[in-house]
Amino acid sequence: MIGESVPRLEDRPLLRGEGRFVADIDLPHQLHMRIVRSHAAHGTITSIDAAEALAVPGVAAVWTGADVADVPPIDFRQVGADQMVPYRQPILAQRRVRYVGEPVAAVFAADPYTAEDGAERVVVEVAELPPVLDAAGPLGDFDERLDTEAYVFTEATGDVEEAFARAEHILEAEFRVGRHTGVPLECRGAVAAHHRDTQTLEFLGAAKVPFQNRDALAQMLGLPPSRVVLREAHVGGGFGVRGELYPEDVLVALAALRLGRPVKWIEDRQEHLVAANHSRDQLHRLRVATDARGVIEGLEVEFVSDQGAYVRTHGATVATLAAAMLPGPYRIPNYRVTGRVRLSNKTPAGTYRAPGRYESTFVRERAMDAVAAELGIDRAEVRRRNLIGSDEMPFERGIDALGTPVVYDSGRYETMLDRVLDHIDYSALTESLAERRAAGELVGLGLGFFVEKSGLGPFAGSRITVDGSGRVTVTTGEASVGQGFETVMAQICSDVLGVGLDSISVVHGQTDQMSYGMGAFASRATVMAGTATHDASEALRQRAIEAAAEMLEASADDLVMADGAVSVAGSPAQAVTLGEIASALGPASPLARGRPGLVAEEWYTTSHMNYPYGLHAGVAALDPDTGRLAFERYVIAYDVGRAINPMLVEGQIVGGAAQGFGGALFEDFSYDEIGQPQATTFMDYLMPTAAEMPDLEILLSEDAPSPLNPLGVKGAGEGGTNACGAVVAAAIDDALGRPGAVTSLPVTPERLHAMCRSLAATG
Amino acid sequence: MKPAAFDYRAPRTLEEALGLLREHQDEAKVLAGGQSLVPAMNFRLARPAVLVDIARVPGLDRIDLDDPGSVTVGARVRHLDLEHNTIPGPLGVLLARTGRWVGHYPIRVRGTFGGSLAHADPAAEWCALACALDAEIHCRSANGARVVEACDFFEQMAFTTCLAPDELLMGVRLPSLGDSWGVGMAEFARRWGDFAIVLAIAAVERDGDSVARARIALGGVAGGPVRAAHAEAALSGRAATPESVAAAAAAAAEEVDPTGDIHGSADYRRDLVRTMVTRALNQALA
Ligand SMILES: Cc1cc2nc3c(=O)[nH]c(=O)nc-3n(C[C@H](O)[C@H](O)[C@H](O)COP(=O)(O)OP(=O)(O)OC[C@H]3O[C@@H](n4cnc5c(N)ncnc54)[C@H](O)[C@@H]3O)c2cc1C
Repeated sequence: MIGESVPRLEDRPLLRGEGRFVADIDLPHQLHMRIVRSHAAHGTITSIDAAEALAVPGVAAVWTGADVADVPPIDFRQVGADQMVPYRQPILAQRRVRYVGEPVAAVFAADPYTAEDGAERVVVEVAELPPVLDAAGPLGDFDERLDTEAYVFTEATGDVEEAFARAEHILEAEFRVGRHTGVPLECRGAVAAHHRDTQTLEFLGAAKVPFQNRDALAQMLGLPPSRVVLREAHVGGGFGVRGELYPEDVLVALAALRLGRPVKWIEDRQEHLVAANHSRDQLHRLRVATDARGVIEGLEVEFVSDQGAYVRTHGATVATLAAAMLPGPYRIPNYRVTGRVRLSNKTPAGTYRAPGRYESTFVRERAMDAVAAELGIDRAEVRRRNLIGSDEMPFERGIDALGTPVVYDSGRYETMLDRVLDHIDYSALTESLAERRAAGELVGLGLGFFVEKSGLGPFAGSRITVDGSGRVTVTTGEASVGQGFETVMAQICSDVLGVGLDSISVVHGQTDQMSYGMGAFASRATVMAGTATHDASEALRQRAIEAAAEMLEASADDLVMADGAVSVAGSPAQAVTLGEIASALGPASPLARGRPGLVAEEWYTTSHMNYPYGLHAGVAALDPDTGRLAFERYVIAYDVGRAINPMLVEGQIVGGAAQGFGGALFEDFSYDEIGQPQATTFMDYLMPTAAEMPDLEILLSEDAPSPLNPLGVKGAGEGGTNACGAVVAAAIDDALGRPGAVTSLPVTPERLHAMCRSLAATG
Repeated sequence: MKPAAFDYRAPRTLEEALGLLREHQDEAKVLAGGQSLVPAMNFRLARPAVLVDIARVPGLDRIDLDDPGSVTVGARVRHLDLEHNTIPGPLGVLLARTGRWVGHYPIRVRGTFGGSLAHADPAAEWCALACALDAEIHCRSANGARVVEACDFFEQMAFTTCLAPDELLMGVRLPSLGDSWGVGMAEFARRWGDFAIVLAIAAVERDGDSVARARIALGGVAGGPVRAAHAEAALSGRAATPESVAAAAAAAAEEVDPTGDIHGSADYRRDLVRTMVTRALNQALA
C-alpha cells in the first residue's frame, strides 16, 4: 500500500461537486462582511464617514479602526522577535494606512451585494505621505519613532575573512527575485458564529494551522481556547498563503461575538491580490571566494527582504530560511549572511511554497554558473566539485533555521547529479545545443541543484479508532490544504492494519477532535502526521491482536491481521473482525480492563527537520523577434526518501513547477511610482496556464530515506517550485551565450526581446 | 465583486428589444455573451440599471451566405461558430484562424461576434478583422437602420464606438474574398488566450507574382483597431518578395504610435508590429 499510486480518496466528493468549501457554508441569520480598503499607499487617515453606508437598507453595522482599537495586532506564529513587535498589523488601520488594500473599515450587511453597496459609500480621506517602494533603497518612516528596517540578523559559520584572504578567485554579484505569491483557486473566507448556549465561538473555513489560529484568536478576543472551535472544510489550495491568521479572520470572529449573529466573509480575487500575503521580493548582494578548481571556500551574502507594510504571522521566517538554505547542496565551509527584513508600502508578505529557497536557490545557482563561467569549468563539473558527499551525512551546516540547527539528515547528491546527466545525455545534449546555436538558434540548457527542507516538528499526533462496523477513523490535529493528506494518511494506516482504503476515514483540522495540532506547512504533514499515524496504527494493531487473542483463546504470536480481521495463522475460519473486536471492547467489558474501545493514539516528536533534495534541468529556446521563451524539455529529479504515493508526489512537483515558472516568467506584483498596485486582476497578474507549461519529465528517487522517522519519508511539497527561477535564468544565459545575463526575475518577453536586440547589436 | 442592483429584461422580439433600449437609453445595456459586460459589472465598472438580454431575439445568430459577394455574420454568432465555420474560401479561413485566438474555449462558447465589436477592446481580434476587411456594420434602433463602415465604427478611444445607446448592432457584412486572396493572422500575447499585446490581420490579393492589393489591420497599438495604410501602400503593386514584406512590416512599425503598459512598452509594441505584420503577410502569401 505504501508506495502505490492509489487514486485520491478526496477525488470522489470533489469531482462530483460534493465538496464543502467555506463559501458553501451558510448559517441562519448570517451577516456578510465587506472590507473597505485603503486606496492610498501611505498616509494619515483624516476622516472616515460611514453615514451614507449606514443609511443603505440592510447594512447592520460599519466598523472603523476606533471600534476595534482594543483588539491587539495579530501576533507572530513563528520566527518572531521583540524588534518586530511594533510592526505587527492591526485588524483595521489605526490612524495610518500603509498599503493599498489595507483594511480601513468593515461593513456588515444582510447579503454580500448590500455589503458591497455599503462599502462603496464609506468615504475615507487620507492625507498622503511619500511611500517607500524600494526596500533596498533609503529607509523611510514606519511611524514617528521607527524606521522601516524591522529586523536584521547575521548567521555565520567558519572563518569567512580567512577564506577570502586566501582565495584564488573572488566574484561579486547582485541578484533580485520579484514579488509574487501563492494564488489558490479558492480565495480566503471565514464563517463564524457565537453559540450562546455553550458560550462557544465556532469558526468555520479554517485552513493550514487551525490549532495555532484557535489559540491566537482566543487570546486576541479574550476567550478561553477551549471555548473557541475551528473547523477546516475542503480547502482549495494553501501554498503558504491561505490559512494564516489575517485581519479579516479576526474581524469575522469579533463581529460574530459583538453583533450576536453569524458572520460570513468570502474574499474576492481582486482583494486576494492586494490583501493576502505577498512573497519573495529579495535583493541579494554576494561575494564568492573560490580556489583554483572552482571549489567555493567562502561566501558572504547580504540581502534585503521586502516585507511590505507590516510583519505578519510569519515574522522573519522567509528571510531566516533564505539565509539558512542558501548554501544548498554545497559544502561552502565559510559562510556569513546578513538578512534585513525591511518594510515598504506594499501588501505585507509571508511564506509561499519554497519560501526563502526559491530566492536563495536562484542566487546560489546563479553564483555557481558565474563561477563556472569565470573559471572556464563545465557547469555540471563545478557543481560536482562542491557537492557535499554522502559520506559526510549527517551534515551540520553550523547555522540554525526555525529554531533548529540545520543538519542535513541524508543525501546522495552526486548520485542524483549523475542520474540527471545520464537522463538528458548531458554531453551529447550540450554538443547538440552548441551546434544549434552555431546555426543561429537561441537555445540553451540550465541546471539548478537544491536542497529542500521538510517535516518541521516539534510534534504531530494521530488517533486511530475502529467502530462496531469495522470502519477505521484516523484523527489528527494536522491539516489538509488539498494536497491529498487524507489519502496518504489512509495509505499509511492501511499498510499497517491491512484494511481497505475505503474503510478508512480521515479527520483533520477540527480543534475539538484532538488535543493538539500544528498543520499543513513546511512540507511537514506527511512526515509528521504520517509518522504519528504509522505509530498509532502499529499500536492499534497490537491492541487488536491482544484482544483477539483473548477472544479466540489463542496465543497472540499465532495471530495474523488481514482484510479487517484477526485470525489464527493457518486456520482462517478462526477469526474475529476488527468491528467485532471494537464491539467487544465496550467500557464494561472485562476485555477492556478500564481502557475501552479499539483505539490508539500516538504522538511523534522531533527537534529536527529533514532535507529532501533535487535537481532541475531545462532546455529552452528563445524567439528573438518576440522575446518568447519556450521550454523544449524540463526535467525534475527529486529525492523524497520514500514516496508514500508516487502519483501524489508527482502532482506536487508538477503543480509546484507551474508556480515556479510563474514567478520566473509571468507573475509580478508591480507598483507604480505612487504605490498603486498594477496587478490586481488576472488580466494583469499572469499565472501560467497549462498552455504555458512544458511537459515535465519527473525522476523520483528514494536513494536517501530519512533516518529520522520509521517510514524514511521526507516532504514533497516544494521541490517542484524551488529551482525553476534558477533554471530559467541559466537556460536564457546559455541560449544567449551570455553568462550572467539574467540577474533578476521575472524575465518578461519584453526584457528577453531587449536582450536579444543587444546581442544582435553587439554580435 | 458583486454587481450593483439592476433590472433584467429578456425581450422575445426585435421590436421589444429596441423599445426597451429607446425607453432606457444610456441606463440600459445590451447583454449578449456577457463575457465582457458581466466582469465589468462585477467590478462595478459598468452599472447598467437595465440589462436587455438579446439571447431570445430571433435571427441574430445567423451566418448569411446568400449574397455571392459577401457574408453577413449575425451579431449573436459565437466566436466558436466562426472558429469552426463552414464559410467557403479565404474569408472562412481567416475567420477560423482568427477565432481561435479569442480568449479561451469557454469564452468562445459564449462570447459573440457582435458583442466583441460593440465592446471594442483595442486588442480584440474581431475588431481588427472587421477593420482590415472594411466590413459594413449594420445597426438598428427604434428610429431605423443604418450601415457604418468598420473603420468609422470604432472611435480612436478604447471601448468606444459610434453606436448610440438605443442602437443594436444587428450584424456585420464582410466581403467574401475570392480565390485570388490570401489571408494571414499573427498575434503575440503573454499567455495563450490573453488579449493581444499586438496582433496583425492581413488579406492580400495576388496578381501572379505580385500583390494587387493588401489590407493590413493592427490591434493593441492604439485606442482602437487601425489600418496600416503605409504598409499596405508599400506592398500593393509590388512583387511578393521577402524584401517587400520586410518593407511593409517596417512601414507598419513606423506608422503606429502605441502607448505602453505593464505588459509591453511602446517601443516593444512597435517592434512586435514589425514581427506580427511580417508573420501575417508571410502566412497570407504562402
Ligand atoms: C478571460 C477572458 C479573455 C478574453 N480574451 C479575449 C481575447 O483574447 N480577444 C477578444 O477579442 N476578446 C476576449 N475576451 C472578450 C470576449 O471575446 C467577449 O466575448 C467579447 O468581448 C464580448 O462579447 P459578448 O458577446 O460576451 O458581449 P457582452 O459581454 O455581453 O457585451 C459587451 C458589450 O457589448 C455590448 N453589446 C453586446 N452585443 C451588442 C449588440 N448586439 N448591440 C449593441 N451592443 C452590444 C454590451 O452592451 C456590452 O457593452 C475575453 C474575455 C475573458 C473573460
